[in-house]
Amino acid sequence: MPDHATRGLPAIRETAISRRDFLQVGAAAGGGLFLEFAVPSARGAKLGVSEEPQFSPNAFIRIDRTGAVTLIMPQVEMGQGIYTSIAMILAEELDIRLETVTLEAAPPNDALYGNPALGFQVTGGSTSVRAFWMPLRRAGASARAVLIAAAASNWKVNPAACSTAAGEVIHATSGRRLPYGSLVDRAARLKAPANPTLKTLKEFRIIGTAARRLDTPDKVTGKALFGIDALPPGVRFATLMASPVVGGKVIRVDDAAARAIPGVRQIVVLDDLVAVVADHTWAAKQGLEALDVAWDDGPNAHVTTEEILDQLKAASERTGAVAKSVGDAAKVLADAERVEATYHVPFLAHAPMEPMNCTVHVRADGCEIWVGNQVITRAQATAAKITGLPKDKVVVHNYLIGGGFGRRLEVDGIAKSVRIAQKVDGPVKVIWTREEDIQKALYRPFYFDRFEASLSGGKITAWKHRIAGSSILARWAPPAFVNGIDSDAVEVAVELQYDIPNLHVEYVRQEPSGIQTCFWRGVGPTHNIFVTESFVDELAHRAGKDPVRFRRDQLGKSPRLLACLDLVASKAGWGQVLPKRVGRGVAVQFAFGSYLATVAEVEVDEHGEVYVRRFVCAVDCGIVVNPDTVVAQLEGGIIFGLTAALHSEITLARGRVQQSNFNNYRMMRINEAPKIEVHLIQSTEAPGGIGEPGTAAAAPALANALFAATGVRLRKLPVDRQALAAGKSA
Amino acid sequence: MIDLQINGELRHVDAPDKMPLLWVLRDLLGLTGTKFGCGIAQCGACTVHLDGIAVRSCVLPVGSIGTRAVTTIEGVGATPSGASVQKAWLDTEVVQCGYCQSGQIMSASALLRTTPHPTDADIDAAMAGNICRCGTYVRIRAAIKDAAQIAAMHTTDAVGTDNA
Repeated sequence: MPDHATRGLPAIRETAISRRDFLQVGAAAGGGLFLEFAVPSARGAKLGVSEEPQFSPNAFIRIDRTGAVTLIMPQVEMGQGIYTSIAMILAEELDIRLETVTLEAAPPNDALYGNPALGFQVTGGSTSVRAFWMPLRRAGASARAVLIAAAASNWKVNPAACSTAAGEVIHATSGRRLPYGSLVDRAARLKAPANPTLKTLKEFRIIGTAARRLDTPDKVTGKALFGIDALPPGVRFATLMASPVVGGKVIRVDDAAARAIPGVRQIVVLDDLVAVVADHTWAAKQGLEALDVAWDDGPNAHVTTEEILDQLKAASERTGAVAKSVGDAAKVLADAERVEATYHVPFLAHAPMEPMNCTVHVRADGCEIWVGNQVITRAQATAAKITGLPKDKVVVHNYLIGGGFGRRLEVDGIAKSVRIAQKVDGPVKVIWTREEDIQKALYRPFYFDRFEASLSGGKITAWKHRIAGSSILARWAPPAFVNGIDSDAVEVAVELQYDIPNLHVEYVRQEPSGIQTCFWRGVGPTHNIFVTESFVDELAHRAGKDPVRFRRDQLGKSPRLLACLDLVASKAGWGQVLPKRVGRGVAVQFAFGSYLATVAEVEVDEHGEVYVRRFVCAVDCGIVVNPDTVVAQLEGGIIFGLTAALHSEITLARGRVQQSNFNNYRMMRINEAPKIEVHLIQSTEAPGGIGEPGTAAAAPALANALFAATGVRLRKLPVDRQALAAGKSA
Repeated sequence: MIDLQINGELRHVDAPDKMPLLWVLRDLLGLTGTKFGCGIAQCGACTVHLDGIAVRSCVLPVGSIGTRAVTTIEGVGATPSGASVQKAWLDTEVVQCGYCQSGQIMSASALLRTTPHPTDADIDAAMAGNICRCGTYVRIRAAIKDAAQIAAMHTTDAVGTDNA
C-alpha cells in the first residue's frame, strides 16, 4: 500500500507540516511590517518538484502604517470561497477584522508560493484549507506577538500584560491602546517567536462563523474580472479549431472566404490547429466557420467508445499491481459463495461556464499572459519552453476562475494560445467556442471495475476489487506513479472504512486510444465511491439487511463516519414507508480528510424518468472555518455530481467527440435540482477538504436510491432510463 | 454606425447588423460583465434586458435592437428589481465562481419586474435557461424569494419603472 507521501492530490499529513514552518519579519518597502512565512513541501516532493523535503517561504503578509493587511494569495479563487476562508484564518490569529484583509493574487513562483500539501503552486484536490491551516495560524500568531512586543516596549510594560482586539494592542491596566499601523515599523525590527501561542478553539471569534465572502460583491455587479475579460490595450480576438481527432494534422487550408469577412485580420495555420484573428470575436468565429480545412486524422481516426470499453474490460481481466492486500481474500473467496459484479463510468468533460481562453502577448524580449489557471507556474514554464524565453521574462497575470473542476489544472490551452500568439503582432485573446471547449479537451478517465466478495453472518468476509483505467498521475506528476500504482485511481478503494478482514485491491493501467485524461472534480474518489458504495449496497441486499444497518454493523472502527451515518439516517427519516416508485439510498465516504454520509430520495416514473426529490448529508470535516462555505460546497458539489450521474457522457466515434454544446452535453438546471439539507457535526479535529466530497457522494446515493425505488441496479453511468423503465439491472 | 441605448447612455458602435449584441458589449464597448457561455442561447450567461425583458445577447443581432433600451449587469443595479436581486444574492451568499451570475441576476430581475411574488413554478420557468456549473440553484431559488420580500418593502418599486 502506498503511504501518504506518495498518494494522490488529497494526501496531507497535517502534523508534519505544522511543526516545521517558520516565520521571519522585516521592514516592508515603503514602510510597514513585512512577514514571510515558510512551510516545508515534504508532501509534494514526490509529486515532481524536488527530490528532498525543503523549506521555502510560502506566502507574504504586509501590514502597512494604516493597519491595512495584505496577504499575497497563492491559492486561486474559483468559487470554492478560498479567498475568504484563508483570510479568516489569518484574521483570527492576527486579531484583526476580516474586512481589513486585502488579497493579492500571487505571481508564479513555486519556491515562494508552493502549496505545502503538493509541493508546487497549485489549487486542487480540496487541499487549500488543509495545507494552509497551521502555517497561516502560526504566521498570524507570530505577527500578533511581535506587534504586542512592539507596543509593550513602547509603553515599557510586560508584554504578558497586553492583549489585542480588532487590530489594536491593549494594555488593560492603564487603558492604553495602539493600533497595529502605528507599531509596524518598530515591530519590523523584532524577532518573531519560533513557537507563538495559538488561540484555543474556544477563543475563535472569526473561524467557525458564516463570514460574508470577500469575492462576491464584485460578482453581482459585473465588475469581477475573469481571464476571459482581460482587455490589454490593442488586443485582437481569436478563436481556434484544433484537429478533431487527437494526433491529427492540418493538410491544407483554403482561407479565401474567411479573409473576405469584414474584421478578419489574420489566419494562423499551425500543424495541428487553425485560428482566425480579428477585430472582435464575432468576426473571428465567422472566419473560422468559413475556413475550409482538410485534416489528416492520423492513427486515431477510427477510435470508438465501444473499442475503449473493450480495451478496459480486457484490462480488468489481467492481474494488476497490488494497491492493498489485507488477510487472504483469494483463499476466502475460493471457499465461499461469491458475489460478483462489474461497473464502469464514462469519460466526462468539465464544461466550466467560462470557456477555455487565454490572452497572450509574445514579444522578442518577453511574453505576457492573462489567464485564470490552477497551476500558474506550469503556465509560465510552458510559455517559456515554447517561446525559448527565460521563465523570468514570462509574466502571468492570474485571474478569477469561472469554474475549474480540474480543467484548469492543465496548461494545454495556454500552450495553444502562446503558439498562436507567436504569429500575431500584439496581444491576442484566444477564446474557445463551447464546441471547441467540449470536443478538444482532456476528460475524466473511463474506468472499468471488477468486484468479488463473500458474506457471512451479515458481514463482508472478503473483498476483491480491481480497477482498470488511465493514470492521470503518470502524466501529470510522474514521480507520484510508483510501482504501477496510480494513488489517485485507487484512492478510497484502499482505505474503505468498513471492517473487512480480507481485502485485496489491484490497479491495471490502461491508457485509452485517442483521448487524453485529466483530473475532474472529486478525482479518484468520485469514481471509487460510486463503485464501492454501489457494490456494498448490492451486498447488503444479498445479505438481506437494511442498507444503513448493514453499513452500521461494519463501521465500528470508524467512529466519525458512523456518527455521520447515524445522523443522516435520523435527519432523513430512514426507514419511513415511502410511496410506490419512490426510494431512498445511502452512501458513506471518507475522502479528502472529511467524513460524509448521504441519503438521496428519488422518484422514478414508468418511462424511467428520474426525479431527485431530496438529498440529506451529515458531514464531519473537522474544525469548520466557514460553515456557510462548507454547506455551499456540499450543495454545489452534489449538483455537479448529480449532473454527471443523470446526464453526462463523452463518447467517441471516428475518433471524434460526439457531444458539442449544452444542447447535447446536458447540464442539470434549476427545475431539476433537489432540496439539499446539510448537517454539520461539531469537531475539534484538523480541517478536512470540502470542495469535492459532495460531488463524490451524489452518484452512489442516487444509484442506491434508484435501486430502492425500482429494484434496478445501475452498474454504469450515466443513469440508464431504459433500464429503469424495463425493470432490468444494467 | 448603430446607435444603442445602454444602461441609460447613448452609444455609437461600428458593427455589422448581424453581430450579436454580446460581442458588441464585450469586445467593442468593454462591458465585460455580460458573459459568453455557449453561443447558442442554451446557458443564459449572456442574458441582458431589452426594455426590461430578459434576452440572450449571444443570438441577438445588434441591428435588430432599434430604440429599445439595453440594460446589462453593469446597469441593472439602478433598477428596483435589479437592486433587490443583487442584495438578496449577497445576503443569501448565492455566488460561487460567479461566472454565470450576471446572467442569473438578469433573468431573476426580469422575472421579478413582471412577477413580484413568483411561485416555484414561476422561478423554474424563468430560470431554467440559466445554467450554473457550481450548482447554486438551491440558493438562487431562496434568493429570488428573498428579493421579492426586499422589493415588497420598497414602496417605490412598481411594475414598469425598470425601463428608465
